[in-house]
Parts: sequence; C-alpha cells; structure tokens
Amino acid sequence: MTTPPFTLPKRKTTVRLGDRIFSSSTIVAGSIILAVLAAVTLFLIAQSIPALVAKQGTLPGITTNFWDYVGPLVFGTLWAALLALLISTPIAIGVALFISHYAPRRVAQVLGYIVDLLAAVPSVVFGLWGAKVLAPTIQPFYEWLNTNVGWFPLFSGDVTGTGRTILTVAIVLGVMVLPIMTAVCREIFLQAPRLHEEAALALGATRWEMIQMAVLPFARPGIISAVMLGLGRALGETLVVAMVLSPAAVVSFLVLTSQNPNTIAGNIALQYPEAFGLGVNTLIATGLILFVITFIVNAIARYVVNRRKAFSGAN
Amino acid sequence: MTAASAGTMTNSLTTGRLPKGTIWMLLLGSWALLALVFLFVQLAGGTTTFNLVGAIFLGTILFDILVFVISYLVEGVRRAKDRLVTSLVTTAFIVALLPLISLLYTVVLNGFARMIEPGFFSSSMRNVTDSGGGVLHAIVGTVEITAFATLISVPIGLLTSVYLVEYGRGVLARTITFLVDVMTGIPSIVAGLFALALFVLLTGQAGYRSGFGGSIALAVLMIPVVVRSSEEILKLVPNELREASYALGVPKWLTILKIVVPTSIAGITTGITLAIARVIGETAPLLIVAGFTSSMNYDLFKDRMMTLSVFAYDQYANQGPNSADYLNRAWAAALTLILIVMALNLIARLIARFFSPKLGR
Repeated sequence: MTTPPFTLPKRKTTVRLGDRIFSSSTIVAGSIILAVLAAVTLFLIAQSIPALVAKQGTLPGITTNFWDYVGPLVFGTLWAALLALLISTPIAIGVALFISHYAPRRVAQVLGYIVDLLAAVPSVVFGLWGAKVLAPTIQPFYEWLNTNVGWFPLFSGDVTGTGRTILTVAIVLGVMVLPIMTAVCREIFLQAPRLHEEAALALGATRWEMIQMAVLPFARPGIISAVMLGLGRALGETLVVAMVLSPAAVVSFLVLTSQNPNTIAGNIALQYPEAFGLGVNTLIATGLILFVITFIVNAIARYVVNRRKAFSGAN
Repeated sequence: MTAASAGTMTNSLTTGRLPKGTIWMLLLGSWALLALVFLFVQLAGGTTTFNLVGAIFLGTILFDILVFVISYLVEGVRRAKDRLVTSLVTTAFIVALLPLISLLYTVVLNGFARMIEPGFFSSSMRNVTDSGGGVLHAIVGTVEITAFATLISVPIGLLTSVYLVEYGRGVLARTITFLVDVMTGIPSIVAGLFALALFVLLTGQAGYRSGFGGSIALAVLMIPVVVRSSEEILKLVPNELREASYALGVPKWLTILKIVVPTSIAGITTGITLAIARVIGETAPLLIVAGFTSSMNYDLFKDRMMTLSVFAYDQYANQGPNSADYLNRAWAAALTLILIVMALNLIARLIARFFSPKLGR
C-alpha cells in the first residue's frame, strides 16, 4: 500500500488587522520624513522664485541682480568654514587619537564625555563668548601678527581694533565643530583592526609607527568624512557669525581686518528683522543656496561613511 | 645617559632610554621658564597683567621641541618621533579643553549674580528699561515650543526607527536611512526659513510669526536625531527575544509593542532627552519664525513668542542705553540655558544607567 503524499491543508495566510495597521503606520512615518525633505525644498524654491526672477534694481537694498548679491556671501560662507576646518581638523584628529590610543583605558570614556560637553553648549552662548571674551583677548595677538608676520598675504591690511574678524569667527566655529569631528574620528580609530596594531607592535614599532602603519591608512576615509561633516556644520552656523563678525559686502581673503565677508546664515540673521516684501524672498533664496550647498556636502560625507560602516554623528 | 655612552652598538634596541621622570620634569621646567620670562616682561612694563595662558601655551610648545631634541640625542630618531607625537596629541587635547573651561568660567562669573536676583524667573521684560525684568516669558515660550516639537517628532521618529529596524528592506529603507543622515546636517536657519515659507504660503500673511512655526522648525531638526538614536537602541534588542515571542504565537505588532519597545525603553528615553537638549538651545530658526517679544504669551498658535536663546541674543544684539544691564541679562539667560541643557544631559545619562535592562548574562 502506498501512503498518499502528505499535503498541508490549504489555508489562506491571514494578515492580522493589527499587523497591517501597525506596519503601514510605520511606513507612513518613514514617508513623512521624505515628504518633509521634499517640502523643505519645494517651499524654499516657491518663496525664492520672486527674488530669483526679479528685474535689476527692483530688489530692496540691492543695486544689481540677485546673483551679484549672493556671490560675496557664498564666498564668505566657504571661506569661514574652510578656516574653521584648518584649525579644527588637526586638533580633532589629535584629540581622537588621544582618547582612542593614548589615554589610559579607564579614563578614556570620561574624556570622551568631556569633549561631548562642548556639543551641549548652545550656539548663542558660543556667540556671547566669542564676542565678549575671545575677540578682546585675541586682538593684541592680531596686532602682533600684523606687524611681525604682515609679509604673509593673509595677515596684511589694516588690523582690526575690536578683534571681530573672520579669523575669530573661524576659531569659534572650529571649537563648535570639534565634537562631531572627534566623535567620528574616534569611532573609526577604534575600528582599526586590532590584529594589525598588535602585529606592528610585535615587530618592534613604536606607538606612533603603529598608528602610522595600521590605524591611519585604515581611517583615512573616516577622517575625510569627519571633515565633511564638520564642514556641513560650519557652513550653516548662524548665531556665532551674526554676533561676532563685523561684516561688509566684500570678497577679501584678509583675515585680520575689519572688512570681512559675511556668511549666508549670518547675513540672514542680521538682515531678517528689518526685511519686508521682496527682501524676505531674497533672504529665503540665499537660504535655499545654503541648503543646496550643505545638502551636497553632507550627502558626499554620508556616502563615504556609509560605504565604510554604519554610524553617524547623531548619536 | 650612561647606557648611551657605555654601549658601542648604536642600533635602536640597545641605545639608552630617558629616565622615567624626565618628561614631567621637562614639562614643569619649560612652564616655569616661560612663566619667568613673562614675569620679567611684566616687571619691565611690557604687559600690565601676568599672561598665564601665554606662559602655559608657549611653555607647552617649548616642551614639545625640547622633548624631541633630547629624546633624539639619547634615544634615536624613532623614539624621538614617538615622544613628539605623544606630546602633540596631549597638547591637542588640552587645547580643545581650554575654550570649554574659559566659556563655562565666564558664563558662571558673569551670569550667576544676575540669575539669582529676585524676579529673574518670575517677571517678564514688559515695560522694562532699567536693570530689572526677567525671563519668565522666555521660559514659558521655550517650554511650550520645545514640548510641542517633541510631541510632533517623537511619534514620527519612533515609528520610523521601528520601520527601519523591524520592517524596512529594500530601496525605501535605504533611502530613508540616507536622507535621515543627511537631514542631521540641515542648517538650523534653513529649517526656520522652511517653517516660515510654509506658514506664509498657508496663511497668506507675509509677516507671519508664532510659536507653533518654531515647533515645526525644531521638529525638522529633531526628527533625524530621534530616528538615529532609537534605531541604534532597537538594533541592540537580542533576536532571541523576538523569536521566543513569535514561537508563542504572538503577532508581530504585539511583539514589537510588548517585547521590543519595552526592552529598549530606557535607551529610547535617553535618546529623546538628548534630542530635546539639542534643540532647546536652538536660536536661529526661532529668531526667524517665532520672533521676539517682551511680553508674556501663552498661546502657541498666535503672535510672537520669546524663547531663552532668542532672549539672550536679543539682549546682546539690541542693547539699550545702559548696555551693562542688557549684557547681564544675556549672560544670566545663557547660564540658565546651559544649566537646562546640562540637566537634560545628566538626566539622560542617569536614565541610561539605572533603567536599562541588564542584557549581559
């Protein structure tokens, strides 16, 4: 006798109502995020169009067209962020190395918390500190630089009397982007393969040679993306620029004078309270340009990070 | 020193090493030397006060150079480089701490006296032109705007992270993850401009201002932070718990609600608290869409609303005839803000420490 082949009883797989509601609500929530990003872009574009298409001379306070107005601002934004990164990148790498490879294991985590404390200070407090403490303190140093190292092109020109130059802004910005850059660098330094490090040490390398051979080559993409993330933060920082800088509508590489290029964000904060009509549209249009710049910078940074390993600066 | 002169072989393994205390003595010595130099400069009338920061900074640089030279002479170039990098890395850490210390010191020094004056937390700035007034209106605004932003962003952020961890596969999940990461980098002022553009188009008033707009702007900044932190926490829940639940016939949504989320609730709360701490100090978006006022306003949906951070900025930027009064209020508001943020951070760490389930066996 042959046994009939065993078949499962035909039953429709039922999807529970609760499951369906719950899973679709999570999808809706996820899609809201996409919708918000799309909305940010659309609403900014919609409000910018009047300024972008305005005829020459119709924009309040601007003699030529919009692009001539925004040009120096874009330059100032990039220049301030670049200076900030020049200051903070070596320090961030040093601090990250100190926490990951030099400090005693037991205190390393506490030191990490202390650096994270910098991220907890609100930007308006950094602005107050920069304007009232750093600028007056550093002004004599600027005078010294100007007289003694004035042959260096960046330090030439008429030295400021208040210390409110783009270099001061860059220092404060550098301090502000330090926590996120340190966090990313630290994370990637800790991921360097332990066996490589131990092999290097076993071959008689000093600690620095070990870091040079095993850690830094591994961490290079991570360092690059940390720099990009710091750049993203520095580009969009508003209050520090608005409170510390003494701005002018110029394109100038000099870092010690009182004629400093303003940044997009700082300009919006300063002009906004008095703006009306087309002026508001103009400011929103500059904001749109800032959004596009930071979006591109962040997207590249995230692309590089994600290729390596899943982590972000948000946590 | 003796080992170097005694040995005839000169390879790096047998050359001498510096005695143990040398490094510390070098550091103290170079600090003392520079302190002496600055003292002479002061006595000669070059500076009016003793330049401590300069002495420590230049002393550290002198130390970095000395370490390299001495170690090079005694221990050879490889160890010299190692010592140089060690001292440079430590210098970087100290340099990073200096602004933090200076900032906290100044804020406490300038803000504390004004903060504990009676009336600072119980009055607004309405009709105040002298040194009086307080931040009650700003605190009310801060609490209302931040609370509403939290109310918007927590459900969206939490559900999204559940989607990413429990359901999300394929293109949509990858896109959301990527865009959430990118969203963490949106400049805060752009979020403010977005909220403004949104409400101007919706209401048709060109000069629209309200606390609610501020909440929307803050929510845009807060959602990605909530998503990322809860996602990390949900990923930590061991799969065995989910499988055990499925094996007992519990549907997926109940598994998530009754097993996964309760297991990670401490971490999620920590993440949300940190997100609140991050947006509560935001100034730029509120400056734009919530505006400033010196009167009380309890209505989130109507009229301008003050917040603590905008208050500090306003007192600094629009100083009246007696600027010291305004600056004192700005420092006091800054100190209040820092205290709030620190307290939130502390609460978050305490929640994480005491309420997280013990996963280790």
